[in-house]
This record gives sequence, C-alpha cells and structure tokens, in this order.
Amino acid sequence: MAALTRPFRRRFLGGRRAGFQEGVTTERPQAPAPPEQAPVEIAPNDPLLAYFQSASEAVDIDTLELDSPALRELKAAGVKLAVPLVSQGELIGVLNLGPRLSEQDYSSDDRKLLDNLAAQAAPALRVGQLVREQEAEAATRQRFEQELEVARLIQQNFLPKELPDLPGWQVAAYYRPAREVGGDFYDVIPLPDGRVGFVVGDVTDKGVPAALVMSATRSVLRASAQRLIEPGVVLERVNEHLCPDMPEKMFVTCLYGVLDPATGLLRFANAGHDLPYVKTADGVVELRARGMPLGLMPGMDYEEKEAVLQPGESVLLHSDGVVEAHDPDRDMFGFPRLKETVAGAPGGQELIDRVISELEAFTGPDSEQEDDITMVTLERSAGAAQLAPSANGRVLDEFELQSEPGNEREAIARVERAVADLGLEAARVERLKTAVAEATMNAMEHGNEYRADRPVSIRVLHTADGISVQVTDLGDAGELQETESPDLEAKLAGRQKPRGWGLFLIEKMVDEARVTGEGGRHTVELVLRLQGGDDGDT
Amino acid sequence: MATRELEVAVRRREGVAVIDLVGDVNAGAEVELQRGYDEATRDGGPIALNFAAADYINSTGIALIVGLLAQARARGIEITAFGLSDHYREIFEITRLADFMRIADNEDGAVDGAEGGDHA
Repeated sequence: MAALTRPFRRRFLGGRRAGFQEGVTTERPQAPAPPEQAPVEIAPNDPLLAYFQSASEAVDIDTLELDSPALRELKAAGVKLAVPLVSQGELIGVLNLGPRLSEQDYSSDDRKLLDNLAAQAAPALRVGQLVREQEAEAATRQRFEQELEVARLIQQNFLPKELPDLPGWQVAAYYRPAREVGGDFYDVIPLPDGRVGFVVGDVTDKGVPAALVMSATRSVLRASAQRLIEPGVVLERVNEHLCPDMPEKMFVTCLYGVLDPATGLLRFANAGHDLPYVKTADGVVELRARGMPLGLMPGMDYEEKEAVLQPGESVLLHSDGVVEAHDPDRDMFGFPRLKETVAGAPGGQELIDRVISELEAFTGPDSEQEDDITMVTLERSAGAAQLAPSANGRVLDEFELQSEPGNEREAIARVERAVADLGLEAARVERLKTAVAEATMNAMEHGNEYRADRPVSIRVLHTADGISVQVTDLGDAGELQETESPDLEAKLAGRQKPRGWGLFLIEKMVDEARVTGEGGRHTVELVLRLQGGDDGDT
Repeated sequence: MATRELEVAVRRREGVAVIDLVGDVNAGAEVELQRGYDEATRDGGPIALNFAAADYINSTGIALIVGLLAQARARGIEITAFGLSDHYREIFEITRLADFMRIADNEDGAVDGAEGGDHA
C-alpha cells in the first residue's frame, strides 16, 4: 500500500477555499526519498478546481481531460492519482500521488483506502486550518490591543502629570476617555509672572484619529501660549496652525484661560467649547466668549473676556461628555442639571466627585460611557483675600484650618515647614511657632467661635526683610484684644483671671504684630525679621 | 501635627513629689494636671513639675500652671519646674513665672534645691 512518507506541502490559492496539498508516495519507506517536487498551484479560475471540489473519489490524472493548466502541470510532474480533500463541501486540499514503485496501477482497494483516508483527513485538516486562522487572528488582535495601550499611555503622557500647587487655590482635574484613547484633553501651562494657563479641549470623534489631532492641538497650543499669553491671540494662532492639516469633518473645541492666582483675574477665550460655570455667592454664572472651533477655517477672531474669581468662588471647565450623557430613556444629562450640581456642591475635587456621582446615577450602573469626560476645577480659598497692605512677598504656604481646638498644632507644623529653608535660628523658629499657635487659637476661639463653617486662613510670606504670617478669621476686628495686660502677681492674688496670655505672648514672640480688619475678616499679621531681631523681647 | 493628651504621673523622691508631665500642656490638660497636683500635694511637701516630656505649652497651659502656682502659694507649698526647653524657659521668664517658682536645670537640681524635702 502506498504510504505518505513526506509531509504535506500546502499552498494557498487565494484563501482557504482553494487550498492545495501535494504528497509523494513510495512502497518502500526505507528507500531514499525522491527529491521534493514543487507544489502545483491551481488558479482560482482553473476548471480543475471545480472538478476536484465535486469529485467524490480519487481522480485518475492520466485519464482526465480538461483544458486546465494545473492538470498539465500535474501530468508533467508524474502525478497519477489525486485525492481531493473536501470538508463540508469545501475543497481544502489535494493528496497527489505519483506512480506506485511496483509500476502497477492503484487497485480498487488502494483507492477505497485513500478515499476513506481523505474522508477522515479532510475534517481534521479543516480543524487544523481553523485553529491556525484563529491563532493568527488572536495574534493580530493582541498586537492591535498592545498598540492601543501604547497609544493610551502616550496620550496620558500628554496630560499634566501633576496639577500646580497655587497658594490660595485648589486645582483639581478629571479625565476619562470613552475608549482606550480619546479626543478630550486638558492642560495646565505655567506662564511668566506666576500666571497659569488652563486648557480644556475636545476633538470631534473619538479613538486614534481624535487622539492624533488632540496631540497636535496640545503641542501647538503649548508653544503659542508661552509666546503670546493673551488667550484670544493664542487661539487665533492655534487655529491658523491647525487649519491647513486638519482632516475633513474634524475640528477642535477649546477653552483657554489665563489665571493670575495673586488677584484671581481669569482672562479667557473660547473656541466653540461648552461654557465654564462659576459658582459665586449670587449663584452660578457662565463665562461667555465668542469664537469658532479650531481647524474649521482660517482667519478667525476669538473674543477675549475677563472675570475675577473672588475668594470662595470656583470655576468648572468641562467637556460635552458630561452634558451629553444619556439615561436609559435617552434623555440627556444637560446643562441645567450640571448647573444645578455646580450650585449645590463645594468647589475643587468635591465638585468633580459630585458631578461624577450625579452622572453615574443618571446614566445607570451598567451604561457604557458614550463620550470622553474631562473636567478641571479652580477654587479660590474663602480666606484668600483682604490681606494686610504689607503682604507683598513670596507666598511660602497658604492653607485653611477648621476651627477646632488643637488645630493650632497643624498651623505650627505647616509654618515650620514653610520657613525651614530660610536659615532662621532655631530659637526664632520656636518663637514664631508659639506666636502662630496663639494667633490661630485666638482666631478659632474668639474670631470664629469654633464654628464649623468658619475656617481660619493662614498665609506665610517671605518678604523683603523677613517672614510674615497672616492669620485670618471671619470675626469682627478688635475681638482679639484682651481686656487687660496680664499681671502675674495680680493673677496669683486672684485679682486677674489666670488666662489672658495669648496676645501678650504673640507680641513678645515676634518683631511686630499687626491687626487689620476689613469686610468681615480679621487678620493678625506676625512679622519676624530675618536680620536684626531682638530675640522677641519687644 | 496631632495634639497629644497630657498624661501625669506622680512619684516621690527625697520628700519631693515629682510630677511628670507627658504630652501637651493645653486646655485639655486641666483635669489631669489638677489630679496630679492634688495627689502630689496631699502631704503638703514641695513639688517639682517635670516638663522634659511636655512638647507643647500654650497660653492656656500657662494659665493652668498659674492656677497651680496660686493654689500652692496659698498653702505655702514650693513649686520647682525642671526639664524646660530653652524656649519654654524663656516663656516662663517673660511671663514672670520664673519669678514665682524655682527653675532648675534638671531633676537633681529640682530635688536638691527644694526646701522641705528629706534632704533639707
């Protein structure tokens, strides 16, 4: 019986439906194998293909007459018998056998055996082919997913790695793409004179194309922002750069604002982006400025507006992924709902958390995120204004403390850290700490009456000649004044109460202590000079 | 920096009641400080306040010490303070507490110098 002693060789002819296999037979396996023959290809339009597909048994090549180039090749190669391998009506290969070495014709038993072999081999071969195809598809899919993951990482690198630590401000951001990569972006750009640029943008569409446009926009915007400063001019320049190369039907909406943290002045321009919301004491207002999206047409002007963010106010920059989210009934989250959320939430990270929570409740737990969602919030601390006139200097730290007994220890620790690099003598640092503790205690107890809604604001400045620590409460000016100067003899004799040392200690510990009050705020300013201190005993 | 509630322990050494103060001497220390004082002055002998482990003394803590000093003076009990950092020693001087209680450099000085102790 002929045995297959050489591995199948296979050549695909335009896909698995036209597979082709070739084998060579020998009766003496121990004999040297004949030289390998090149596989014979069957063209898709060759009539031999249809013949094999419909053949129900082994085919005698010598007696077959067809106008077929492949058949001529098979005959020339000495193939005597071809056994089509058909699985579920599809020709998936052919076993080609040469002449028997005994020079006898293939017997009917040989043919029956080969037909049986083909009937069993064809499905097995088909399974093998399917497995290989699936493996190839899986590898392709995995490679694609890896590339997407790399794209996601690259895009994340475009987002700010950390948000600026602006004294008196809380800055928070949120970014969640709808797919692995998205078209939304935000950026924070340090500018000269302590100003900071804030960007929120949204490229039409999502996925890789949007991400590519996003990266280009971000780069151009960053470069322009450093040179031009004015938000309207920056957007004009970005638009001019993007227009020539922007793919058809794509554009970018973008809001760009420049904040001066010292004054709260926010200058902004808007390229067709959703309007930011500002939460003020009088309610929530929109920051409006006209401008077309970027990349649509050249020569656009962008209106520039200003707003001053007052202490306690916060602004929310957001992308349309928030307001255009749908609930299961296909109703949109919408601007009124977002505005309401802004009105009811504090600013900063808490506002972002509140919006996300509201959004998730609205869309339902199992909903797929429809669009990229980006938010940036800027919140100005409630006690960040009304500083004493001598407050010029570099802010080393600024923070708020709840009015709770014991929190003066936190104030001490923060101030100590803030002045650590200024080279103060240890004894003078200790004096400053005691003065800060006493001023903070007074502010919490007398100014704010330990009320939860009245925090104490503390600002540490490095001034031209020393250190200024301003402790501000929300009480009326004058409340800190102790009624009488402490006299220990009088206290020991019961003529004065034992307490009443706070202001006395403050005045003794620092070079100068000033009290100012304005607009419902009361500030004690502690001044410690770096040079020429008189050891506090003033 | 969290506050550290004051813990007070009283021990006797050579007729002097040594009051060890561990933690913050602030408003929250009032009850514990008074308890320690009462325990230390039960027999009317001199007392020594050990501030070595008192990291933080604020104006309310100063007022509490003034209160103890007033009580002690009314009974003729001598108070010595020791273990004060340079900073709090300065505050004891500025407030004139140092004029009405003896300030010792360390425990030995506080005990040795106490009038009415066993060593005297």
